[in-house]
Amino acid sequence: MQLSISLLEITRAIDSWLNSVFHPHLAYGIELVLAGVAVILLVVAMAILMVYAERKLAGFMQLRLGPMRVGKWGTMQAVADVMKLLLKECLTPTNSDKLMFRVAPFVVTIVSFMTLVPIAFAKGIQLWDINIGVFYITAVSSLSVIGILMAGWSSNNKYSLLGAMRSGAQIVSYELSGGLALIVVVMMSGTLSISGIVQAQADGWWIIKGHIPVIIAFVTFVITSTAELNRAPFDLAEAESELTAGYHTEYSGMQFAMFFLSEYTNMFVLSMVAATVFLGGWMPFHIAGLDGLNHFMDYIPGIVWFFGKTFFILFLIVWFRWTFPRLRIDQLLKLEWKYLLPVSIINVLFAAFIALMGWYL
Amino acid sequence: MTKEELKSYLEKTFPGMTQEENIDFLVLWVEKDEIFEVARKLKEDEATRFDFLFDETAIDWQTHFEMVYHMTSTTYRHDLEIKVKLEDRDHAELPSMEPLWKAAEMYENEIYDLFGIRFSGHPHLRRIFMSNEWKGYPLRKDYQDDDVISL
Amino acid sequence: METNDIKHDEFVINVGPQHPSTHGVLRLELWLDGEEIIDSKPHLGYIHRGIEKMSEALGYKQFIYLTSRMDYLSAHINNQACSLAIEKGLQIEAPARAQVIRVLMAELTRLASHQLWWGALGLDLGAVSPFFYAFREREMILEIFEETCGSRLTMNYITPGGVVNDLHPDFVRKVKVLIEQLKGNLHEYYQLLTGNVIFQARTRGVGILSAEDAVSLGCTGPVARASGVKCDVRKLHPYDGYDKVEFKEVLNDKGDNFARYWLRIEEMKQSIYIIEQLIDNIPEGSYREKLKGIVKLPAGEYYQRVETARGELGVYLVSDGKKEPYRVRFRTPNFSNLNALRPMMKGAKIGDMVSMMATLDLIIPDIDR
Repeated sequence: MQLSISLLEITRAIDSWLNSVFHPHLAYGIELVLAGVAVILLVVAMAILMVYAERKLAGFMQLRLGPMRVGKWGTMQAVADVMKLLLKECLTPTNSDKLMFRVAPFVVTIVSFMTLVPIAFAKGIQLWDINIGVFYITAVSSLSVIGILMAGWSSNNKYSLLGAMRSGAQIVSYELSGGLALIVVVMMSGTLSISGIVQAQADGWWIIKGHIPVIIAFVTFVITSTAELNRAPFDLAEAESELTAGYHTEYSGMQFAMFFLSEYTNMFVLSMVAATVFLGGWMPFHIAGLDGLNHFMDYIPGIVWFFGKTFFILFLIVWFRWTFPRLRIDQLLKLEWKYLLPVSIINVLFAAFIALMGWYL
Repeated sequence: MTKEELKSYLEKTFPGMTQEENIDFLVLWVEKDEIFEVARKLKEDEATRFDFLFDETAIDWQTHFEMVYHMTSTTYRHDLEIKVKLEDRDHAELPSMEPLWKAAEMYENEIYDLFGIRFSGHPHLRRIFMSNEWKGYPLRKDYQDDDVISL
Repeated sequence: METNDIKHDEFVINVGPQHPSTHGVLRLELWLDGEEIIDSKPHLGYIHRGIEKMSEALGYKQFIYLTSRMDYLSAHINNQACSLAIEKGLQIEAPARAQVIRVLMAELTRLASHQLWWGALGLDLGAVSPFFYAFREREMILEIFEETCGSRLTMNYITPGGVVNDLHPDFVRKVKVLIEQLKGNLHEYYQLLTGNVIFQARTRGVGILSAEDAVSLGCTGPVARASGVKCDVRKLHPYDGYDKVEFKEVLNDKGDNFARYWLRIEEMKQSIYIIEQLIDNIPEGSYREKLKGIVKLPAGEYYQRVETARGELGVYLVSDGKKEPYRVRFRTPNFSNLNALRPMMKGAKIGDMVSMMATLDLIIPDIDR
């Protein structure tokens, strides 16, 4: 017995109602607006949740309780933070390049929102099932480097420039290994589109089906995501104890909130990508052949599976931040160019060999 | 070397220089012009090897200054105190010990800053505690600070 | 180097005086070529309070209280140095009970100081969590201090003649609880930070100080011992009963950041060992030898050396027979340890500067006095 209502049926019902009441083009426009509002709500809800979760988890890992005063058990803490940032003055330094200074936060935020487009939250719930989904995500996320370099340069500050340069070098380097890690799964599932990759995991997640090469690719991808997000242990660009706050030193108020928001958005987009590509997306935990188990797992709706996997990877990323010390810039780049990249290339060859031989489940 | 051996060694090597003994150290009084040679001999001689200058300071006795050097040897574990009397308070000058012991650089900066004793041959003599425009040398006994109000 | 000597591609940046990782108000001018440091110049004086000048106007029992504020993390040991110097002048000795109490307090201070150093080191290198673990035990030590001495940071408990008050009745029990917890937790610290690959990559082979440099620059304490120089004052010139307890002088000959780090952890173990030997054998008796109301030292000079958590502290008292000292000179360990920064930083990267300053464990108020 399936759940009586699935998300797909709800959205189909809304669509048919709109089309019956309004002119089809107007209905199309209203649906676009609804989708946009849904995305913004999702981003806001996830950001608030992430901020609270990070602070609480940090507290528990450090033998303390985290926020406890604002709201019951500190749940309104993120709201308080947002209000604080809204009320602060957005200063623009006098000698800075004013246009680039003001535009940089928007560039970074827009790029993060654009990467949300092909993600599949549940069966059929996708903004745009583009047939180059994975490629689209990696390509668009590279554009954030432009925003960071704009922010660092236009601040007219030695430290910001140093931080932006380091950050740019880091992101550009780590994208290589990240892309190669994703290619392993693309090879095995035979398609770049997100829905195709998820569908190919109907009889088991890639991390189980693809065994060794996919596990190596998963580990590489998690490391690479942490580096792309400028999070510890790769957060040299914004390390407080070294060079104040790096490329967003000069920003305050809502402009700083945009950088903050885009970092959290990127964090959960990359977690969603990892959950989709390696852990099966909205697919429940199936083992090919065990029909009873598969039937049981289907009771839990796809969207719950999807968010569960995403939160698991988010937890990993938060865990890393509060445990490891920071890597120096040359050690960071050495890790990528001398260790991760050769390992990724060899892994791709190995995975190609296995895919050709058909030695995956 | 024990204190006795050190005493006789100093009498032999530097005849004519007064020696004293206080509760902790053997004290050798050296003239201003000979201090660098004496220090160099004490550092480089195999029998003494004073390679660790652990303190260098000055005392203001209101009629003259007294420079005090405390040194020890990491090989023989004996200590020595050297004192130099500086008669001229306004133009006190001494050769710097920095070529022998690098630690002397900061000690001499501090002494210049707080007492006004200059050191020739110092790589970069500067005020370290007081600001660069400060007038006067605070640790002198006759130092008057115009901003201080006596309650 | 002066700003006029600057070449074409170098640039000068300023670190501090307000900076999260300079452990005090220190301003460092760094000449950089890209990411590499060519030269450095420290600027001091931001926290110069004139302790030596102030001591010339205070009585012998009073100026000791200023010294707690020099190296505030080894406050007891600073007071111990001054008290011993005054006792040397008066030619008295503290009673046996007072000596053992002094050693216990000094070793507890050393433990507390090393705990804070460990936490701050993690914080500077980016691992935020060790800070909270380090303060777990430090809180216990500070509570023990508060019960007996009355305050947590600047205790003013050790005085010429002995100690100010007797021990709190709960002292022995609480110290035993602390020792048990600390011994168990040192293993946890090893897992959290010492064994971590990233931490090792940032500290091994970085900031090497040779033994000749350490001796020539006047470095003492863990900085010099990590380069192989034997300089523990507790062994060379024992005071207050240190010759009656058994402990090892920890040495290492590598001289890099990791050697200094490892050495302080080993020193913590040695401190625990000393406390274990003494905690059950505190002799009975009086805790203070009464001195006259106004203390006057006979004319002369008195020099006392002690081992603080950071190195050798020397108190040089010159007296002319009056009731105030004529000149007090504090030979502080951090003043000379700062000299080690310049040769270590040549050729290193900015990221290394932070880890070098963290392992040197400087306290700037100790430099500026």
